Amino acid sequence: MNLNTLDYTNEQLNKLIRNSSDSVVLDNCLGQRFIGAGLSDKTIVVNGTPGNALGSYLNGATVVVNGNAQDAVGDTMNEGQIIIHGNSGDATGYAMRGGKIYVKGNAGYRAGIHMKAYKEKLPVMIIGGRCGSFLGEYLAGGIIIVLGLNDDGKKIVGNFPCTGMHGGKVFLKKTADAIDFPSQVNVHDADKTDMEEISVYLKEYCKAFDLDIQKIMDTQFVVITPNSANPYKRMYVEN
Amino acid sequence: MQLKEGQIRIPSGCAVSAVISKSGKRMSGESIVKSMVPMHERSNGLGGGFAGYGIYPEYKDFYAFHFFFDNKAVKHECEVYLKESFEIVKSEPLPTRKIPSIVDEPIIYRYFLSPLRSALASYQLDEREFVARTAMHINTFIKGAYVVSCGKNMGVFKAVGFPEDVGNFYRLEEYEGYSWTAHGRYPTNTPGWWGGAHPFALLDYSIVHNGEISSYDANRRFIEMYGYKCNLQTDTEVITYIADYLLRKQGLNLDELANVIAAPFWSTIAKKCPEEKERLTYLRTVYSSLLITGPFSIILGFEGGLMALNDRLKLRSMVVGEKNDKVYVASEECAIRVMQPDIDNIYSPEGGEAIIVKVEEGKY
Repeated sequence: MNLNTLDYTNEQLNKLIRNSSDSVVLDNCLGQRFIGAGLSDKTIVVNGTPGNALGSYLNGATVVVNGNAQDAVGDTMNEGQIIIHGNSGDATGYAMRGGKIYVKGNAGYRAGIHMKAYKEKLPVMIIGGRCGSFLGEYLAGGIIIVLGLNDDGKKIVGNFPCTGMHGGKVFLKKTADAIDFPSQVNVHDADKTDMEEISVYLKEYCKAFDLDIQKIMDTQFVVITPNSANPYKRMYVEN
Repeated sequence: MQLKEGQIRIPSGCAVSAVISKSGKRMSGESIVKSMVPMHERSNGLGGGFAGYGIYPEYKDFYAFHFFFDNKAVKHECEVYLKESFEIVKSEPLPTRKIPSIVDEPIIYRYFLSPLRSALASYQLDEREFVARTAMHINTFIKGAYVVSCGKNMGVFKAVGFPEDVGNFYRLEEYEGYSWTAHGRYPTNTPGWWGGAHPFALLDYSIVHNGEISSYDANRRFIEMYGYKCNLQTDTEVITYIADYLLRKQGLNLDELANVIAAPFWSTIAKKCPEEKERLTYLRTVYSSLLITGPFSIILGFEGGLMALNDRLKLRSMVVGEKNDKVYVASEECAIRVMQPDIDNIYSPEGGEAIIVKVEEGKY
């Protein structure tokens, strides 16, 4: 089903998407919010610039954006896939607890803030370019990978990455950038086991954006994990 | 009786947008009004407003005062006060359009004023200081009269309502300016009323603001020592006065203003080269009470340019786009794409990174 987003109000649009038994293509999208919120089936293709909270609470559906996404992509998403052929805004993957977000370009501030994992749920976010400050802030679980494929000469990540991180793993392409991590995390060069852990996601990512998987697998990454003598841990409830 | 700002606190977001032509080409207000439409949900109908620069070329040598009056009596009282020290070159109701979505409007008037030489001489003040003090006096002492803006060749148009309706109400499509800023309000702590809508302006400085500054009282206490009066008890007002104080009175440049109000963290300053470290330390130390904390994205308009700035933690969104001689700023990318679907360069500035755009000298 093809919908020209200009013909509907935000509410009508989301109702049409929700009630469609078929996949949906949205043309001329311009700032409509909550697209795909809570959906568990079908594929939504967005042509244009979707509004904030794209795919929030997503529960299994697939959202593909041909353009840039705004803030809070995949807010609290539970399952499914969001693929963005552009950049995404601040707080991408905010409190995400399952599913995958793949961004071809850059992400804004606070990417993956408070992502978490539980039992079989493991959220994964891959950013092709670079990220703003506070990447993985309060990270509690899941995997964030930043590939650093950007060529604008800017640092792969802004200030204060992994602040408050007490779970999960962050992979950053190893660069010459001076990055200050808090003392509550450990940083080590990715080894074979680390790369094996993420290879399945990287393959999926490369397929989505037509990239050379081998080139990425050959890249040296650093891995950030919570410090085992982690003082943050005592600040949160054991579970 | 409806309580005004400061008389009630509602514990409970906003939208900003701007466009400027670096070559000074004048644009109708239609496009900036339209840019607010996709960001409708960021406001709640309790305030919308616009500032236009370069809109009064035929009166550019005079201070354009936009006023709200609660009633005719206070209008008369205010005019008597103005005539003591100004020549009123022209006075007229601000043209508006009756629409169902904008109601309860005050008396809305504009005056083009020229300060009397004799008044300036007797007060021993330069013209701009005199005009600023006049605005401050009216807002403080003439109850029911509000100076909405008082700069040259610019004006602020604001109301209670959604921004797109406010633009329609003020017939902004009939004006042409080289720079426009816009605001949609979602008041978080105070009720919405006409005087409390953005932009807030003093002389040619105007501010639109999305956020909530937690340093308001610290900033207010400092700025009130220098003759400013925060009458509207809303945080944005103080940002306007800080800009006026630092730029006009202290002679700081725009980058320095940004380094004061969105000062980098000490840990960030520590990593800078010695000269930069010294400069930033100086600004943070001397003007420590003017550090603005809490979330904000602001657009400062001024004669011949604008500056966009996020708080240092970037707790509010802001996107910048460029195309030919125009620069666009907005809370959301979609707003920029309404004004220019075929945008070239679109990016998000970092927290505390000032985006300064100036019109070529002599083109405004």
